[in-house]
Amino acid sequence: MNRDLSLLIGILVSLFAVLLLWIVYITLSAETGPRLATLALEQLPESGVSHPVTAVLLNYRAYDTLLELAVLLAALLGIWSLGPAPAGFQLAGPALAVMARWIVPLAILTGGYLLWVGGHAPGGAFQAGALLGSAGVILRLAGHPRAGLPSEEAQRWLVVAGVGVFVLIGLLLAALGYGFLTYPKAGAKWLILLIETAATLAIGATLAAAYVGGRPLGAAPPSTPTPTEDARA
Amino acid sequence: MTSTSLLFLPVAVPLLGALLVTAFPRTSSILGVTAALASSAGGLWVTAQTWLHGDLGSVLGGWGLPLGIGLAADGLSAALLAMSSLVGLGISVYAIGYFAGSERCTHFWPLWLLLWASLNGVFLAADLFNLYVMLELLGLSAAALGALTGSREAIAANLRYLLVGLLGSITYLLAVALLYAGYGTLDIGLLSERLQPSPLAATALVLMIAGLALKAALFPMHFWLPPAHANAPAPVSAALSALVVKTAFYLILRLWLDLFPAIADAAAAFVLGALGAGAVLWGSWRALRAQRLKLLAAYSTVAQIGYLFLFLPLIQATPAGAARDDLIAACVLMAITHGFAKAGFFLAAGLVQQKAGHDRIDELGGAAQSMPATTFSIALAGAALIGLPPSGSFVSKWVMIGGAFTTGQWWWLIVIAAGTGLAAAYIFRVLGHAFGLEPTPRCFLTNARAELPAFLLAATSGVLLGLGAGPLWSLLGLSGGHA
Amino acid sequence: MSPAFLYGGAGILLFALGLWSFLVHEPLLRKLIGFNIMGSGVFHLFIAIAHRGDGLPPDPVPHALVLTGIVVAVSATALALALNSRLEAADANASASAHQTHGRGADEHADDAKRRRWPTR
Repeated sequence: MNRDLSLLIGILVSLFAVLLLWIVYITLSAETGPRLATLALEQLPESGVSHPVTAVLLNYRAYDTLLELAVLLAALLGIWSLGPAPAGFQLAGPALAVMARWIVPLAILTGGYLLWVGGHAPGGAFQAGALLGSAGVILRLAGHPRAGLPSEEAQRWLVVAGVGVFVLIGLLLAALGYGFLTYPKAGAKWLILLIETAATLAIGATLAAAYVGGRPLGAAPPSTPTPTEDARA
Repeated sequence: MTSTSLLFLPVAVPLLGALLVTAFPRTSSILGVTAALASSAGGLWVTAQTWLHGDLGSVLGGWGLPLGIGLAADGLSAALLAMSSLVGLGISVYAIGYFAGSERCTHFWPLWLLLWASLNGVFLAADLFNLYVMLELLGLSAAALGALTGSREAIAANLRYLLVGLLGSITYLLAVALLYAGYGTLDIGLLSERLQPSPLAATALVLMIAGLALKAALFPMHFWLPPAHANAPAPVSAALSALVVKTAFYLILRLWLDLFPAIADAAAAFVLGALGAGAVLWGSWRALRAQRLKLLAAYSTVAQIGYLFLFLPLIQATPAGAARDDLIAACVLMAITHGFAKAGFFLAAGLVQQKAGHDRIDELGGAAQSMPATTFSIALAGAALIGLPPSGSFVSKWVMIGGAFTTGQWWWLIVIAAGTGLAAAYIFRVLGHAFGLEPTPRCFLTNARAELPAFLLAATSGVLLGLGAGPLWSLLGLSGGHA
Repeated sequence: MSPAFLYGGAGILLFALGLWSFLVHEPLLRKLIGFNIMGSGVFHLFIAIAHRGDGLPPDPVPHALVLTGIVVAVSATALALALNSRLEAADANASASAHQTHGRGADEHADDAKRRRWPTR
């Protein structure tokens, strides 16, 4: 882009930033009250979890989280629609292979821990899912073309599991008369844990599959991928 | 169980359908069309409930308002829900044949149902952050669908579309953050009670409208639309042009009328109206000059979006009462008519393209003539795009002209007249080429499953919506004397 | 100057920097990084809003919104990168077979360009 134009854009964006800084300054210095914090913290004992952020994500604003899982699914379906996955990397050298052998189980274990701890401390389905996904990334970097993911059919079930369990529980609760995504007080903890478990698996699988970057490779044997004509060529 | 507590159905049903077609790719067409029928029924059910009982609202999660996320259906939501349900059903039926035997079918259905869920979600949302998530779901699934043809042009155009959409939604999100900082709630209803004219509110208004106008392809931010819509598969083009850009406009209208009535002023309305005028003139001109049928339709969308923005200065200048209600209803009628007309037009154009193997207007020769129902669909949809009676847009333009006279804003009349003339020129240019010298077949429908949806959508826009516009006024709960 | 404004102001600066980068730079990767920086700016602002003074627990709602926003931004980035890698592959492919491609007009439609479709395995 031409220099003068980028300079002009720079000046305009700077003016815009100054205006916004002023707005933020007067807004943050004004007394705006507790916003939603008091309410969210007051209702915490009723929410089934004891960590306020998890309570917002999976109880007060569960509908947002449901749709956010749908956004993740849409991205993966979009990636799959573009064609088969490009060939993977060469099989890793001994150092990376050994490291992967150590890190992947650790990541899975830590993911499980984060999922459980999310009920009362920072953690939860997204952090756990991100760890599972990164385990998949490491596997793919180490030369496993499918990033440790199962067959295409199983992958499809895995990636819909998060939204699926979430929306089915929501519908079930609506059918029982509680209302869509309105948990009964007694069962809230276990319903949230169930949703989070499914979401963790789905997020992990989706992130790893997105990293693979295309439709799942059929039942190709996980042999050394030959860096010849890949699907894109 | 009351109707209010089932407001989530128009979102949950297509969402569940999307999951099913993802899990069972081999039967995606059957499952997809079943899910489409159910989604359509869900949307129309909410429309009917709103018709019968007036505005509906519910808060998910059982926590009550500031903490939970609200869903709301008023006349405006219900009218657009009806549009998305009927147009969506037409597109779905058409898609069975269009993607038959192609591997793209397994990719189309889940993304299309996710798109549908997000459309309905936007129409029903009453929470600013929930709207952000919905808009992102809409943008991602729309861009992925648009790239389904797999051609380089389609991928490039839809990558640009995706980026523009992201820029629009992150700008919107910044405004949401500012509003939460200032007023401590995300619910549109509560916010509108608390909103005071202040620099904060004005900035939020500008950021939100700018972000959404980018998504609505308001001139001069329309540059991404024609290539993205013209290169998508026909059913996707129909969904993008008829429904997806409408959601951004719907939100602008919703925010303008419900959230920012205290801040929105005549100057802001004039700016949006002027951009709308630019869109009408430039879009129509480019449509007239387009070489390809689908590109023509895409530029025509730019122009039609412009008309919708022309309503804002008129609504703003009219005091509350029957005349203002008439303008609002006419604006919604225009949006809905365009939804049906453009869907019908794109579906018919897709058939012409499949028949002729291309969609270059000058070389269409008798290709369209050999499919009378399709040509008739293009003509009917074209009548609605021009605004000929008895189309819905005729009624809308009539009310718009009346509003321009009453409020003394005569300059918009020139734009309306020029835009209408240009629209007539580009539609007749297509129809002129459609009639060659080839013999016309005996039967009107040559391929009922593909031609009927296009025809019904076009006929709805060109005839039904004009003759039956009255009920829209009562659905919107407005008092205006029907023009 | 309050710590909240320090964070929020930094968020605004990040947003502006990202916006500038998004508008000025042509390559997709830089635009995407710009978009992600804009997102981080907004998330910073949310975190600043959540701050309620020393001693009080922060407002959990903006924190949750940030988590949701991050996942959405990651999804969008992934899709954009995938589209871009297909685009690059198509360009590499096109330049490799440039001598075979006859110059068809810009108005050629995608649907009839079957040869350009992604091969399926």
